[in-house]
Amino acid sequence: MQVNAKVYMDTLYLSIAGELDEHTAHYARSAMDNQLDSAEFKQVIIDLSKLDFMDSTGIGVLIGRYKKLKQRNTPVFISNPSAQADKIFKMTALYDVMPKIN
Amino acid sequence: MNYINEMTLQFDSHSINEGFARSAVAAFCVQLNPTLDEITDIKTAVSEAVTNCVVHAYPKSKGKITVWVGLKKTREIDIKVIDNGVGIADLQRAREPFFTTKPDEERAGMGFTVMESFMDTVNLERNENGGIVVEMSKSLGRRKAMAVGGEND
Repeated sequence: MQVNAKVYMDTLYLSIAGELDEHTAHYARSAMDNQLDSAEFKQVIIDLSKLDFMDSTGIGVLIGRYKKLKQRNTPVFISNPSAQADKIFKMTALYDVMPKIN
Repeated sequence: MNYINEMTLQFDSHSINEGFARSAVAAFCVQLNPTLDEITDIKTAVSEAVTNCVVHAYPKSKGKITVWVGLKKTREIDIKVIDNGVGIADLQRAREPFFTTKPDEERAGMGFTVMESFMDTVNLERNENGGIVVEMSKSLGRRKAMAVGGEND
């Protein structure tokens, strides 16, 4: 599990790589929050192209970050989910709050 | 039940074993020649069931989690995930989408909903020790299975 971050044109890109489950959730949460609390940006794009596996624990992690950003009126988007992650996101209506972009 | 091959895993309820359990079950099911999507569905469902044991069945001290898998010639996969933990007070409610007993921990409450949509059937029962047995099954699509029985079987 790895979280990589870069800021480009007022956008914070967070790339989550590896497997996101109960075991890695704690690390993913704090690594993302470190970036959310230190970087300067106007929107966030969470890139999942390098995410190999995710279960519903990942939904909790993403919703938690959404709630944090909502308090600052900062929009957050999901990009490049796997077919499996896409299925879980649709089931949980995650895209209602974190729209999917290409 | 006519299983052509069965396996049982038992391990401690450490979260690191979630990845081990789902990968081991997926590797065992490969002999039925599933599609990549089918394997991912099974991995996800197993991950949800094992996570429930780690988080909910044994909240204070570590306990044992047993995962049993049975394969049928008809390309059906039966899976049981068994714990001897604290149990679930309301089995019906536990299955409801977005229901969680730990909302303060950023939990989605979608574990059983994910299992239900990734598998064909999901049953939830109390076992005799007070813990929980999750029984799931999935029937693979029409694809020829690899031969299981070798010449020495």
